[in-house]
This record gives sequence, C-alpha cells and structure tokens, in this order.
Amino acid sequence: MVVLTAVVAIGGLTFLLATLLILANRKLYVEEDQRIDVVEEMLPHANCGACGYPGCRPFAEAVVGGVVGPGKCSVSNIAGREAIAEYLGIEVGEQLKIVARLACAGGSNVARNRAHYAGVSSCLAAAQVAGGGKSCAWGCLGYGDCERVCDFNAISMNSHGLPVVDNAACTACGDCVDICPKDLFSLHPEDHRLWVACRNLEQGDAVLAACEVACTACERCAQDASAGLITMRDHLPVVDYSRAHATRVPIERCPTGAIVWIDDRAGVLRGAASKKIVRHSALPESPS
Amino acid sequence: MFRALRSQRSFAHGVHPPQAKDDTRDLPIKQFPFAPVMIVPLSQHIGKPALPVVREGQEVERGQLLARPDGFMSVAMHAPASAVVQRIALAPGISGKMTQAIFLKPFPGSSQEVSEGEPCELSSATPEDILLAIQQAGIVGLGGAAFPTHVKLKVPAGKSIDTLIINGVECEPYLTTDHRVMVEQQGDIFTGVRYLLKATGAKGAIIAVEANKLDVAAALRDALPADLPATVQVVAVKYPQGAEKMLIQALLGRQVPSGGLPSDVDVVTVNVATTAEIGRLLPHGRGIQERVITIGGPAIRKKGNYRIPIGTPLRFALEYAGMDEHLSRVFLGGPMMGQALPSLDIPITKGTSGFIAFTDSQTAALPEYPCIHCAYCVEACPLFLNPSQLGLLARAGQYERMADEYHLLDCFECGSCSYVCPAHIPLVQRFRAAKTLVRKRRAAV
Repeated sequence: MVVLTAVVAIGGLTFLLATLLILANRKLYVEEDQRIDVVEEMLPHANCGACGYPGCRPFAEAVVGGVVGPGKCSVSNIAGREAIAEYLGIEVGEQLKIVARLACAGGSNVARNRAHYAGVSSCLAAAQVAGGGKSCAWGCLGYGDCERVCDFNAISMNSHGLPVVDNAACTACGDCVDICPKDLFSLHPEDHRLWVACRNLEQGDAVLAACEVACTACERCAQDASAGLITMRDHLPVVDYSRAHATRVPIERCPTGAIVWIDDRAGVLRGAASKKIVRHSALPESPS
Repeated sequence: MFRALRSQRSFAHGVHPPQAKDDTRDLPIKQFPFAPVMIVPLSQHIGKPALPVVREGQEVERGQLLARPDGFMSVAMHAPASAVVQRIALAPGISGKMTQAIFLKPFPGSSQEVSEGEPCELSSATPEDILLAIQQAGIVGLGGAAFPTHVKLKVPAGKSIDTLIINGVECEPYLTTDHRVMVEQQGDIFTGVRYLLKATGAKGAIIAVEANKLDVAAALRDALPADLPATVQVVAVKYPQGAEKMLIQALLGRQVPSGGLPSDVDVVTVNVATTAEIGRLLPHGRGIQERVITIGGPAIRKKGNYRIPIGTPLRFALEYAGMDEHLSRVFLGGPMMGQALPSLDIPITKGTSGFIAFTDSQTAALPEYPCIHCAYCVEACPLFLNPSQLGLLARAGQYERMADEYHLLDCFECGSCSYVCPAHIPLVQRFRAAKTLVRKRRAAV
C-alpha cells in the first residue's frame, strides 16, 4: 500500500510537472531564425569585437537581420565572407581591410635613450617612471606589450625593438590600441597609403637630438601635396584621408622619412630625399 | 614619559623604514640662488593648466602673475625671479609628458624684490574671499600631491567640517622640509590656521606631528596663541602615517569611505608647509614663487633644506648642492613614494618636496622572484587591500578584475607592499600601470 501511494504520488507529480513544462515551452517559445546558428558557425569564433559587435553571435544576428553585410567581419577570409553572403542570398557588403598602424619609427638604431630603465620589462610599467627611458616623450618604448596582447600573432618586435604589424593576420580588434601607454596605434583601412610615422610635437633640431627619423615640422610634405590634403597641426602633418591621395609626391622631399608611403607589395617606402639609415646596431645610451 | 607613550596614536598595518632624517633635520633653511634659466610649467597641479598672461620677450618682476587659473580646477603661476620671458614651449615633466612651460632668464643685477598685491585681510574676508585668494596665490598641496588647496577647502554642499587637521607628520624618509618649516615658521603656520579655520568653518584645528619630532611638538605647544582653537598632537612613527586617511584614522578614529574624501567624515587635512605659505602670502597678496625642499641622500655633498625658486632645473640644483662622482640615480620626492628621474632637465615644481641622490651600489636592482603568498604585503597595506593577489592579477593582465573585485583604485601607492616584499616584486609600479590603463579605459567609454 505504502509503495503504491509513493508511486502514484511521484508519478502524478511527474505527470503534472511534465505537462507544465510542455505548456511553458509552447507558451514561451521564442521564434528564432535558424540561420543565425548557421551563420555563427561559419564565422571565425574569434569574438574579437572588431566588427563593432560584442562577439560573433550578436554579429551573426545583425547579418541575418540585414543590419550589416558579412564583409564587416575582418577576421574571416574573402571565401568565408562570400560563403555567408551566398548562404543568405545577400551582398557581401563593403569589405574594408582595416589594420593597426604604429605612429613611430624610432627603433633603437635611430632613437636615443635619455636614461637606462632597468625595471619591469613592460611598456605600461616603464611609462610610469616619468615616461620611460626614451629621449622622445612620444616614442615607442619597445618592451612589446602590444606583441603580448595580440591574440592573432599579428605583431612581432623587430631587431630594433619596434613592433611590426602583419597586415594579413591583423583583424583590427584594437587590443594594441588599448594597451599602448603612448597611444601610438590606430586603426586604418589598408588604402590609407600616406602615413606619418611620428608623434613628436617639437620641431627642428630639438627633435633630431632625440630621434633621426622624427618629423622636424619642415612642412615640405604639406607644400608638395595637393591643396588641403596635408595640414600642419602642432608641428605635425595631418593627412586628410577623405581626399584622394594617389601619388607619393608628398613623401619625396621629407628629410627624415617621417612621412612614408605604405605599398601593398613593397611595404613601407621612404622618400628619395630622406637620410639613409645604415646603422643596424642600437645607439649608445646618453643619460643626461 | 608615560604621557608621551599614551598619546602616540596610529593606524593598523604600515611599515617602519629607516628614517634617515638625521643628516638634514637640524640644518636651517637656506635661500637657494637663481638658476641661469628657469622653467615654470603651466601645469604643476592636478587639474587644468594655467593660461599664460605674458608673452615672449616680456620683462617680468619677481612675484608677478605669469599665468591665470583656467577655471575652478586650476591655479595661478607667478614669476620666481625678475626676468625676461625667453619663450613659451614644451618642457619635460615628472609625468613623462612634455607640457607647456614658461622659460625665464633672470636679470643678474636685479634686487629681486617681491612685488606686493591686494592683501586678503583675515578680519574682513569671507570664506569665498579666502578660497579665491588661495587660488590666485597659486597655492597647491606642497606635501607632494599638488592638489589645488582651494578645491580641497571647498566644503561640498550639505556637508560641514568640524575638524581641521594640519599635517606635519612627514613620514617619508630623508625629507625634513615640514620639520624645518615647523621650527622656523611657527607664526606663519598659526596665521595660516586662522585663515583655514575661517575658510572651512571648522571649530578647531589639530596640528599633527610624528613622534620623531617631539622637540617640534613641544615648541609648537609653547608658541600656540591662547586664542587659537588648536591643539598639537603626537602620532606614532610609522609609515605612511602622513597619508590623509591614515592620519584621520589615527587622530579621530574615523574611516574615510572607499572612494570618498575627508569631508565625508567632516574633516579637512592640509599640509603644514601649505598652511605656512597661506599664512605667509595671503596678508601680502603675494603668489607662491618658491618653496622649501630637502636635498639629501648619500650622493649629495651639501645636504640641506633650501628655500628654492620654483622652476629651478634639477641639473642646476644638483650641481649647486654638489654630487658624488658615483651618483647614478636621483629620486624626486622620498624613497617610498618618489620617482626615479630619467632626465635632469625637469624643473622643481610646487609639488616637489625634495630630491635624494644615490650611488650605483646603493640602488642595485634586486632580482625578482615569484610570489610565494607569504602575505607580508597584506600585513603592511594600510588600506587592507591584498597586494599579493593584485600583483598576480597585474602579471596576468587582468586589470579590470583588479579594479572591480580588489579595489585597485583605492591604492594610493604608498609603497609599503613593495618595501616588505621578500621576492622584490615591484608591486606599486605594476599597480600604477594598471591604474593608468583602467582610468584610460573608463575615460574612453
């Protein structure tokens, strides 16, 4: 009898709860586009946020919802983006390859140090000690915080202690922009060919005492460029990327090579008049 | 003797670094000569840089206004010498950033008399008048933080101040500037206290002195005017006893809440040298153009306390004081909270309480070992944070977690944790880095 009561009671309870669950499932069911799962599966799962969405799932929802095109994902390759477009029967949309760029060319062979920093090997930590040991207050400290923070192995430190971005691997996630204590990284479409690789706000000889490839604010690039393309602000040239810039005329007379042309195949090109740097070893420290 | 023991109150935790004050504590304040070129940065304080009111080539008198405050969170700058304005250009600073500064070339033959301005009469001035006069005099916290004093004294709406604490603790080793000011400028201090009491509406003042300066405490007690509602109290010798929150805890037993200000517990604390400057300058309507610093450390020949013009380049100061040939490192401020300098072209600013120099062998870097969770740092932290855990998180780059879960932003970088760490982990440097990044991220959102 006791056994029977227990079985009936538990059985009844099970039946009741199951019914409730079924009803709840019917009543509260959320209609979701099955394609979101598929699109998410086709995305690279990097969850890097470079597209402007918090992760791959919200981006997939936006793509399926028609808010953005799959081209906005900067991590997947062209084939992958086209596969998503084909599956959804939509256009790939604007495919802009955006990469991180460093606004400094002052490696250890051209930029001087004013002091010997012997502390924690991290840019963020070195910057806390009155800005670090570099003579140029704006320059790259070269301890590689950006290289360590990059999830895509797109940044490697070269032999002069400057980070080099591998454009193919860079997803423009912005982690290097965030970590750099000197704020030297920024995100740019690959077709921004003219590039000012210097942030030093001083001018003339004071700049050259700190770094051989710094901008001296001679304004030759601004004079040679088509009207309005380059303006001088705080002793630095500022390129207006909304204007066409198809020629490399502006870089040719630059005496230090602070303004460069970034070519797809040849890489970074300095102007013909820029001083040749033949030194490969690091400059000696000149503590003041 | 028992009374002295009983009156030595303090806070929990903290450390006992060697005092190293004997070399300079008994040396009277000496006037420092003018450097051939002076660099007066427009941003010597926390807040917005001052706006220059002079132009290149202009001749200025000592004490003349060089730059006016730009808004409430800013203070004025005055000429440290009768000079000609060479240029207004970028100059290096202790923050590591290049900031705008006025370069002055003093006139060699000038009598260097200080011009008088509109005095701020104690009897007739309203609290607002006093705050304005302090701002116009360019006075900031001279203990090192360089926070504009008039902002600190502005009582937030709905709050009232019952106690004014004059901070003469000076717990940082090597530094003896506040000590000398308390010996030599007692009259200025008492006048300053009167101004501060009126500005804040506080009922009484406590002048706090660390127990390593008992002679000063006794002298101050003797000299205390009968009509001044102030007492002199002695606190125990312990680092960081001079930190605002620790001092309030020790004297009044009140705890300033996390992220809060002393006004949340009805207190305002002002550094004793700042108080003396208020008492010295306001009755004459003058601006601050010099300050007292200690130049010390084993690599300095003429150690001492100097009244030095603001804007004196460190290179000049160091050469005048004479340096040991083996000098390798100069620290601005004391050894606990000071900073190693990467350049001697940095000028003395209002927030510079001194600098100390060491030789190579005295500053040899010790190898860093992994954290073994010994918790010495936890025992030392005056704010009861967990530096060990914070250090591990910093190493792992988990900066947000440090701020959200481990109260990183409460850390005021006293250096007690780094001091006791047997593994020589540069904890405070990592925390500074983490704080900078977290603040940058929060400002960007």
